[in-house]
Amino acid sequence: MNFIITFIILFFFWILLSGYFDFMHLFLGVISSLFVAFISHDLIMGDVNIGRASKNVLRFLRYLPWLLYQIVLANLDIVYRTLHPDMPIAPRIIKFKTDLKTDMGIVVLANSITLTPGTVTIDVKDGEFIVHAIAERPADDLLGGEMQARVKKVEGGEG
Amino acid sequence: MNITTIITAIFLTIGCFFSVVAAIGVVRFPDFYSRMHPAGKNDTLGQTLILIGLIIYEGFSFVSIKLLLIIIFIFIANPTATHAIAKAAYLAGLKPWEKEEKK
Amino acid sequence: MFNIAAIAIVLAAFLILYRAIKGPMMYDRALAINIIGTKTVVILALIGFIYKRPHFLDIALVYALINFIATFAILKYIERDRLD
Repeated sequence: MNFIITFIILFFFWILLSGYFDFMHLFLGVISSLFVAFISHDLIMGDVNIGRASKNVLRFLRYLPWLLYQIVLANLDIVYRTLHPDMPIAPRIIKFKTDLKTDMGIVVLANSITLTPGTVTIDVKDGEFIVHAIAERPADDLLGGEMQARVKKVEGGEG
Repeated sequence: MNITTIITAIFLTIGCFFSVVAAIGVVRFPDFYSRMHPAGKNDTLGQTLILIGLIIYEGFSFVSIKLLLIIIFIFIANPTATHAIAKAAYLAGLKPWEKEEKK
Repeated sequence: MFNIAAIAIVLAAFLILYRAIKGPMMYDRALAINIIGTKTVVILALIGFIYKRPHFLDIALVYALINFIATFAILKYIERDRLD
């Protein structure tokens, strides 16, 4: 099963990247996709449960618009701080515990922190986030915990 | 001069603005951790906007699908690389710069 | 239009080259090289549009992949002083 899915994904990418539909290119594509799928199907797919994975993707798509809005805010924030003559920055490192369980929740939260205004994730160790904040207000916003609640919704019910 | 060209020009202008601001930020900020902020955010968005402008100019074809792949890859890889560099610096014991209090 | 955008990006890359030369830490240099790499990806895409040669996009895609791996290789070298 994993073998077939890997083969389909690889062959799809082959068609996208080559853009030719004559016999020779498709034949070479089938051969190379089969070969790569044969040697690496357990690496690429692992033991992914397809039903749960697609549910996760759906919940992530619902989270995406808020994330895009935050990205735009973050960029305007950095533009303001860069072009202001006095550079209103007061960097500091903050640490906080999270109670997210799954790896996916932690990854989504870490990347969201990096993309939202004024904060960059440095390290995650045993559920403790080490975050660099560029000023006082973004640090307070992050510790307020609105983002954690949203990410928890993405994570869903399963533990 | 049709509408597609104008939209493309707008996207390219905003994208170039963000890229140049990211460069200024990387040169101007006082310490490594602050430099990560323009590097991880402005740079990603600026380049994404430029590539979106190219997609709009091109319309729907194999070229725009390749551009979309580049966008997705940059969007995943750029924050990850920034995060990895930050973690390496933190593990090496680099301290963040603090503003002098009396000023 | 595309030439102007490409020139602006090249200017930005030169600004960042200042940071890559000046340092002061190794990590600043690694960060600067990573940004120059991603800017190169965009410049390649723009060149493809300026000269109407879509094959430059394949080069841009491969360059993005190589740039990502190169950053991690540099980090590993900084961390352990060897590459194996």
